[in-house]
Parts: sequence; structure tokens; C-alpha cells
Amino acid sequence: MTTTLEHSSYNYKVVRQFTVMTVIWGIVGTLVGVLIAAQLIWPVLNFDTPWLTYSRLRPLHTNAVIFGFGTSALFASSYYVVQRTCRTALYGGKLVAFTFWGWQAVIVLAAITLPLGYTSSKEYAELEWPIDILLAVVWVSYAIVFFGTIIKRKMSHIYVANWFFGGFIITVAVLHIGNSMVIPISMTKSYSLYSGAIDAMMQWWYGHNAVGFLLTAGFLGMMYYFVPKQAERPVYSYRLSIVHFWALISLYIWAGPHHLHYTALPDWVQSVGMVMSMVLFLPSWGGMINGIMTLSGAWHKLRHDPILRFLIVSLSFYGMSTFEGPMMAIKSVNALSHYTDWTIGHVHSGALGWVAMISIGAMYHLIPVLFNQGRMYSIKLINVHFWLHTVGIVLYIVAMWISGVMQGLMWRAVNADGTLTYSFVESLTASYPFYFIRFVGGLLVVAGFLLMAYNMFKTMYAQDNSLKPIEVA
Amino acid sequence: MSSFWSIWISVLTLGTLVGCYLLLRWCLNDYTGVKEGESMGHSFDGIEELNNPVPKWWSTFFVLTIVWGFGYLLLYPGLGNWQGLLGWKSSNQGILNIAESKAQTIQSKADGMLIQYDREIASADAKYGPIFEAYAARSIEDLATDTKALKVGQRLFLQNCSQCHGSDARGTTGFPNLADKDWLYGGSPEAIKHSIMNGRNANGMMAWQGALGGEQGVKDVAAYVISLSGREVDPVAAEAGKAKFALCAACHGAEGQGSLAMGIPLGAPNLTDNTWLYGGSQRAVEESIRNGRAGVMPAWSHILGAEKVHVISAYVYSLSQD
Repeated sequence: MTTTLEHSSYNYKVVRQFTVMTVIWGIVGTLVGVLIAAQLIWPVLNFDTPWLTYSRLRPLHTNAVIFGFGTSALFASSYYVVQRTCRTALYGGKLVAFTFWGWQAVIVLAAITLPLGYTSSKEYAELEWPIDILLAVVWVSYAIVFFGTIIKRKMSHIYVANWFFGGFIITVAVLHIGNSMVIPISMTKSYSLYSGAIDAMMQWWYGHNAVGFLLTAGFLGMMYYFVPKQAERPVYSYRLSIVHFWALISLYIWAGPHHLHYTALPDWVQSVGMVMSMVLFLPSWGGMINGIMTLSGAWHKLRHDPILRFLIVSLSFYGMSTFEGPMMAIKSVNALSHYTDWTIGHVHSGALGWVAMISIGAMYHLIPVLFNQGRMYSIKLINVHFWLHTVGIVLYIVAMWISGVMQGLMWRAVNADGTLTYSFVESLTASYPFYFIRFVGGLLVVAGFLLMAYNMFKTMYAQDNSLKPIEVA
Repeated sequence: MSSFWSIWISVLTLGTLVGCYLLLRWCLNDYTGVKEGESMGHSFDGIEELNNPVPKWWSTFFVLTIVWGFGYLLLYPGLGNWQGLLGWKSSNQGILNIAESKAQTIQSKADGMLIQYDREIASADAKYGPIFEAYAARSIEDLATDTKALKVGQRLFLQNCSQCHGSDARGTTGFPNLADKDWLYGGSPEAIKHSIMNGRNANGMMAWQGALGGEQGVKDVAAYVISLSGREVDPVAAEAGKAKFALCAACHGAEGQGSLAMGIPLGAPNLTDNTWLYGGSQRAVEESIRNGRAGVMPAWSHILGAEKVHVISAYVYSLSQD
């Protein structure tokens, strides 16, 4: 058992900092998302201002949610979990604070340079080379802090959550450095070291594994701590966690080519990417099974614990997305879904359903611990947040499914003479109602984040230990 | 690819799949020494782990996907140079131009290869070819009075031509309006079809700044050109420009009436009709003279084939008929 002495020696300051920034970037990222969703319906909302145009704000949205919100949540939770499950304070001294300020600097620089139009034009890797270098330095420091802490652990075993955190930290470093190899021609412009189909392959090797390692493996690490902790139940199966961890990390790295079906990428690469994506399906589900089965014997807790609800519903969305993904990786399915809103829906069922919900649940668990409280300021508001978020996602995904499949079908419809039935603009016009539903869904998600911020600040500024846990009869 | 890389790819791919299978086999056995369903004995911040077996349905499906993966890699290209038992390809990926593509399509049909792109093109040609052959047998003037043929032509236009010439065929800066009676290369059915089949390469408008003696020469000639369509300009500049217009007359004609009026299909526009391909403002005309213009209409004969071009020609022709 951990002692109070150990707790007081843990570095919670950096965890607090990342936790607060998780919520702040969550608001910023989703707000920009809602603005660009609105621009797709009402283009006038770019106000004829270059830095407010969709093309510049869209990368800002993705960077803010992935690297601002998601990665801050990963920093916070991995620093917290590694200390508590290794029973030792963070390794690295001043390096720890550097990872916080360095990472925030990267995101602030992104928020400045992307609207100004500086971009490498690689999706999810738009940042220009000086920021890429800063990002790499911060990430390597993160690895030193994390693995340094693992090395000086006071436990003989390494807990499963830390396998996932460790896997994600190493792989993201390799992906980021590999994909960002460029030849700079000035401080603000560079050209990729790769060309043509190879450049596309590098981009999606990076792009899909940003999803696979950052947004999946990292958050599975989060899941493996916060789900059993919040449910107060043991992890369902140790053996399942071993097989699904190793299978997941060895298969995910192959899946990138499924983003490039029916392109100039050689057929053999497409096939290998598709096969690995399909085989990846069950290892992905291993995490969901282990998380949900951990709740066996504690299902009744869902009735009154909205934090647990966030965690468990996130696993349901995770299961849904990781089923949908392999299906969309099949060439003949992809021929319909590619380039349509279906892809956007799939990404958001993963991002808003899995990543955001597991993070939100974890943050609600963390905040009272970090700020010496027995519980969040308002459990009721957590519940309201849960419903706003859930309804928001469902509106978003269902709208994108319908418009995506509709677009795919419209684009391939032909007349009796072989000519296309619809022009592109007709498919766009038909999508407008769904764009509106998506916009409403996004508004609900932002509203939920604002409630979360209110609840967080109320908890932070309440008198120490004034919020007592509510006993359930 | 070389046999080294072919083996490299095959070993890594198959090794990953076999590795996953062996990992699963290993975890199906209980090697932990802990009774099934009981705690593994370590506690991490209060979290324990149970030694529950891997769910049976899960491991069965996992094995099935691996078996399926082997089957797929046997049938389809994937393992380096292995072409797959089905002989399937998405397309002829090595080809560099449309002519090669057409030749490959014929070749792979003769070889019985399962090239998805070729098959789809061949089946579309077989299905829709007769419709267009029937249209091609009729004259463009005749088709231009046939509402059904015009609808087909319009759809082809919307899919292939509207990206530059606009959905209403009224063009935009740099892309000619096809719905008026002003033609660069002629508005007869034959001329229209010729433009679409073979494309037009209007690279004749050179940059004139140097030859006209610098910026002042550009401004003077621009003033004169604008005056040709009856607009008010600085008379001194226009007079100076007129003297230099002799250079332009070689293509645009002495009166600026354009090459077509002289019976030469050069594509040099008529400068007297206040119709402007690249804009008629002082600034736009100066820009055209200063740096030249190079519009390109691609050739569609290889892409769409003569029959479809015939129907599109009828549609375009109909737009300028009252």
C-alpha cells in the first residue's frame, strides 16, 4: 500500500498543470471545430479574412484537439499513473517542467503559425520545421522522464498501463521524426525529403499511427488505470492484456496504406495494409473487453457515478470505432467510403467518443485528488456534461454516416448512358442538412466542455477538503 | 523490386502474422501458476489483475482473421513480387500515359489478367458504346436538335468541362465563354469538335514588355487596345500605342479584329468587341501585354474518345444557336 509520505513526494504540480491545460485546449479545439463546421454551411463566416478561412482553421482544430487537448491529457495521466504505479516520484528534475512549458509552447506556436498560413501541408503534421524540432526535443525529454521513472520504480513488475504509455511515447517519437524529415529553404518553409507515392506512404504511416499509438495505445494506458480505479475492481484478465498489447502494437504500424487504397501506391502495399488492418480488429477489441469486463460485479455503480459512465461509454465508442475501422480498410468498402464524410464520422466517433470521453472521465477522477478534495464541486454537472457530450457525439456521427454514404452513392450513380447522375455540387447541396446536424452536435460538445471548466475551477478554488465524497447507500 | 526486398517484405509480413498467432497460442495456456480467476498477486496503487482466460469467442475470431489474412495474401498481390493466384491488380500501375494505358488494357484482356480498372472500362464500353456509336453516326447539327442527345452531352460537359468553363459554360477569367457567339478558333461544328478532340495551345501571346520599350510602351499599347472597343482612354497614350501596335497586328490583325477574322486559327482574340478572356480593365490588359498569356485546352480524344466528343460538340454548338 502506498503511504502518505510517498504521495507527498510525488510530483503533482506538473500533473495539475497538464490537467488544467487539457480542459483549456479542449474548449479551444472544439470551439474552432464548431466554427469551421459552421463555415461549411455559412461560408460567409470566414469574414473574408485569410486567417479565418476554413483551410487555415481546420489544421488548427486538429492540432488543438490532438496535441493540445489529447496529448495534454496523456501527459497528465501518464505522469500521474507512472508515479503511483511505480511508487516513486518523477525522474528528471527540471526536465519535467520543461516538458510542460515546451509542449505548451509548441501548441501556442501552432495556434499562431497555422492561421498565418505557415504549413508543411502534411495532415496532422502541418507544423513547420523549427516547431517540429522543438516538438521532437520535448518528446525525447518526455521519454527520458517517463522511462527514467520506470527504471527507478519501487515495484518489481511494470503495470500494464505503463506498457501502453511507453509504447506510445517511443513510437510517436519515431513517427514524428521520420515523417517530418524536410529540407528547409527558410525559417518558415521547407520541402519534404520524400517525393510522390513514397511521401504519401510516409505521411499515412505517420498519420494512421498518430491515431494508433497516440490516440489508441496512449489512451488505453489511461483506461487501464482509471477504469479499475474508478470501478474499484481488479483488471479482468492479465493474459488478455499481454496478448492484446503485443498484437496491437505490432499490427498497428502496418495499417497506414489503407488510407491510400486505389491510388498510385503499389498494389502489394495496399494489400498488406488492408490485411494488417483486418487482423488488428480483435487485438483492438481486447482492450475494450478487458475494460468492460473489469466492471463485472460493479455494474450498479453506473447508476450513480457519471465519471464511470464516461469511462465505460468511451469503451463502447472505442469498440465501435475499432470495428468500423477495419471494415473501412477493406478495399471494396473503402471504394465507397473514401473521400466522403463517412471518414469524418469515423474519426469523430474515435476522437469524441473514445479519446475525449476517456480523458474527461480520467480528468474528473484526477481533479479532486490533485486539488485535495474528496470529489468534484458538482456531480450533477458531470452528469449534465455526460449527456451533452453523448447526445452531441451521436448527432455528429449519425449525420456524417448518412451524408457520407449518401455522397459515396451519389458519386458512383450512373445514368442509362453511362454518364454520372450527379455533379459534385449536387452531392454538396444534399449534404447541407447533415452539416447542420453536425454543427448542433458540436455545439453540445463545446457546451459540455465549458461546464467542465466551470466545475474544475470551482473545485480548484474550493477550500481544501471542503468537498466531501458522497456516500451511496 | 529486387528479390532481396521481395523476401524482406514477405518475411516481415508473414512473421508478424505468425508471431501474432504464436502469441495467442501462448496466452491461451495458463503459464502463470496462479489459479484461474484469482489475483496475479501484485497490486499497483491498489489495482490488482485477475488471471482470467482469454474469451473463447475472441481468440477464435482472432485466429480466423489471421487465417483469412494468409488466404488473402495467397490470392492477391501483397508478399513482394508474389502476384497472387487470382492475377488481380487494381490497375496497370506502371503506365505513364493514356496511350500506354489503352494498349495495356487490350493486352491484359488478351492475357486474361484480372485488372480491375481495365475490366470496369471494358464493361462500360460494352454497355454504353453502342449508344454513343449511334450518336456518332449522326451529324452534329442534327444532334443539336435532339433534346435527349443534348442532355447526354450536357452531362458529359458537366463532368468533364465545367471545372474550367463553368456549369453554365459561360467560362471565367482565362477560360472562354462557350455560350456566346465569340469564338477564338471558330464556332462551326467541325471547329468545335476539332478544339475538343485535339485541344488548343494558345502559347502565341508572348511577353511584350521588352519589345515595347518597357513599362511606358505596355501602358500605351494597353490604352490603344482598350480604345479599340470604343472605350474612353488617354488620347495621347492611345496615339503612342497605336504606333507600336504594328507588332501586335501580325496575329491580331491591323485593326485588332483577331486572327479568326483573317481566316487563321491562331487563337489571337478579337480586340475590338469588348469581350475579354483575361479581363478588360486597364490593369488586366496591361498584365496580358506585359507578361503574355498561355491558355491551354487539353486534348480529349484519348480521354473520352471520338464518339463522346461528338456528343459534347453538339451540346457546345447548341449553346450559341438561338
